[in-house]
Amino acid sequence: MIVESLFAAFAAVALCSGLMVILHRNAVTSALFLVLAFCALAGIYLLMGAEFVGMVQIIVYAGAIMVLFLFVIMYLNLKHDVETGVQVAVRRGLGWILGAVLLTEGALLLRRGWFPGPVAAPAVPPPAGNTEAIGEVLFTRYLFPFEVIAMVLLVAMVGVIVVGKGLRPGAGEEER
Amino acid sequence: MIPLTWSLAVSAGLFTIGLVGVLVRRNALVIFMSIELMLNAANLVFVAFGQHMNDIEGQVVVFFVMAVAAAEVAVGLAIIVNLFRLRETVFVDEVNLLKG
Amino acid sequence: MMQIWSNPDVQFVVWALVKITVILFTMLGLVSYLIYAERKIAGHIQSRTGPNRVGPLGLLQPIADVLKLFFKEEFIPDEANKVIYHVAPTLAVVPALVTFSVIPFGPQDALRVTDINVGLLLFLAMSSLGVYSITLGGWASNNKYALLGGLRSSAQMISYELAMGLSTVGVLLLAGSLSLVRIVEMQSGPLTLFGVAIPFLQNWFVFFQPVAFVIFVITALAETNRAPFDLPEAEAELVAGFHTEYSSMKFGLFFLGEFMNVIAICAIAVTLFLGGWNGPGPPALGIVWFFLKLAALLFFFIWVRWTFPRLRYDQLMHFGWKVLLPVTLINVVVTAFVMHWGAGR
Repeated sequence: MIVESLFAAFAAVALCSGLMVILHRNAVTSALFLVLAFCALAGIYLLMGAEFVGMVQIIVYAGAIMVLFLFVIMYLNLKHDVETGVQVAVRRGLGWILGAVLLTEGALLLRRGWFPGPVAAPAVPPPAGNTEAIGEVLFTRYLFPFEVIAMVLLVAMVGVIVVGKGLRPGAGEEER
Repeated sequence: MIPLTWSLAVSAGLFTIGLVGVLVRRNALVIFMSIELMLNAANLVFVAFGQHMNDIEGQVVVFFVMAVAAAEVAVGLAIIVNLFRLRETVFVDEVNLLKG
Repeated sequence: MMQIWSNPDVQFVVWALVKITVILFTMLGLVSYLIYAERKIAGHIQSRTGPNRVGPLGLLQPIADVLKLFFKEEFIPDEANKVIYHVAPTLAVVPALVTFSVIPFGPQDALRVTDINVGLLLFLAMSSLGVYSITLGGWASNNKYALLGGLRSSAQMISYELAMGLSTVGVLLLAGSLSLVRIVEMQSGPLTLFGVAIPFLQNWFVFFQPVAFVIFVITALAETNRAPFDLPEAEAELVAGFHTEYSSMKFGLFFLGEFMNVIAICAIAVTLFLGGWNGPGPPALGIVWFFLKLAALLFFFIWVRWTFPRLRYDQLMHFGWKVLLPVTLINVVVTAFVMHWGAGR
C-alpha cells in the first residue's frame, strides 16, 4: 500500500515536471524541472528494487548531463522564448493534436493488456543485491557491448573537443 | 509490487510529453531536453519489464542507454554552441538557409 | 490509537524520523562549533587568539554570529530571478544532510538511520547534486562576477568529482560491497600484512590504499571549495564569487551548507578509509572513536586551509584532470591486479 502510494506520488511529480519542461518559456526553469523529473524517476526505480539504476540515474542524468545543459544555457544567455506568427501557431496545434492521438492510442493498447505474464523464476538463483546481479551479466554476456560503449564515450569526448574548438585557430573556447 | 500497467502508463505519458515538446518548441535546447525525456520514458519501460519478468537484463540495457544518452548530449550541445556562434540564434526555425 | 502504533510500518517510519531529527540537530550544533573552531585555530596559526570575548573562551561566538546574520538587512537584486535566487541556498544544505542518512556512526542499529546496499553511490549522487546550488546561486544573482564565480566553481567541482569517485573504487574492490555498513565491518579486526598480525593496529583501508586516501582528501578539499582550491570564492579575486549578492540568512545558509558538506565528506572519509567506528576497546565505544577520528580529520582540513596558498584556476584544472585522474585510474588497475594475483597465493 505504501509502495503504490509512493509510486503514484513520484509518477505525478514526474509527469507534472515533464509538462512544465515543455510549457515554460525560460530555458533554465525547463532544465530545473527536468532535473526534478529525473529525480522522481530515480525514486520510481528505487521502488522497483533497481537501486543501482536509480543511483546511477541521479549521478549521470541529474548530476552530470543536466549540469552540462545548464552550463550551455547560461553561456548562451538566452532570452525568453517568443512565439508569434500564424505558421508557428499551426505547427504548435498540429503538435498537440499528434500528442493527443498518440496518447489515446497508448491508452487503448494498455486497456487490452496483451503483454506476457511473468515467467518462472530463473534456474540459477540471482546473487543477492542488485549491483552484483548487474555486474555478473554485464561482464560476461554483455562484455563486448560494454567495451563498445567505452569506445563510444571516448569518441564522443574527442568529437566534442574538436567541434567545440572551432575550425579557425583561436576562434573557439574550450568546451567540455 | 507495482502493477506493470501503471509503469507503462507513466512511461507512455512521459514519452508523449517529450514528443509534443520536440514538435512544439522552437528553442533547440528545449527540444534536446524533450528528447532526453523520451529516452527516460524508454528506460522506465526497460526497468519495469525487467522487474515483471524477473530478468536483470532490462537494467543492463538501461545502463547502455544512459551511457549513449550522455555521449549524445555532449556532442549535441557542442553542435548547438557552434550553431549559436555562427548564427546568433538557437531557434530552429531561424536556421533555414537551405530552405527551398 | 494502539492499532496505528502496533503497525510495524508506522513504527519503522517513526523510529526513522526520531533518528533523523537527532542527527539533524547534532550536525547543526557540530557545524556551528566547527565554524568557531576554525576561527580559533586560524587565530592561533596566525599568532593571535581568535574570538575570546563572547562567553568563556569565546564559546558563545556562534550564537552571536547567527544573531548577527538574522538581524542583517536583506538585499535582493532587482533583476534577479526570484524563485531560483531563494531556492539556491537550500540546495546547498540538503544534499549534505542526505549523506548523513547512510553513515554508520556506531555498530548498534540505533546509530545509523538506514543501511541501503548502494550507500557509497548515494554519497556520490549527493555530491553530484551539490553542484546545482553554486551554479544557480551564481546565475540567479544577475551579476557578472557572481556568474563567473559560480561557473568556475561548478566546473571545478565536477572535475574533482571524477577523481573522488574513482578513488573510492579501490575501497569498493577491497570491501566487495557498496554498503557503508559492510565497508566498516570489513575494517574491524587486527591488521595482518603478508600473514603477520601487527599489534595495536586495525584493518583500516588506509593502510591498503594510501594513495587513494590522499587523493580522496585532496578532492574533498576541492569539492567543498576550501583552500587551497577556493579561488572561485576568494575574497580578493572575484569579489565574493557566487555569493556576492547574498546577504543575511541566505548567505548564512550557503555558509552552513559549505561546512555541512565538509563534515559530510570527512565522515565519509572516516567511514571508507579510517575504519569508521572501529577502535580499541569494546564495540559499544564505537561512536566515541568515530567522532575522535572525525575531529582529527576536520582539524586537518582547517590546518590545510590556513597553511597553503591558493591554486590559480588553470593550475587547479590541470591538477584535477592531468594529475589526479590518471593516478586514480592507475590505483584502480594496481589494486585489481594485486587482489587477483594476491588472492591466488
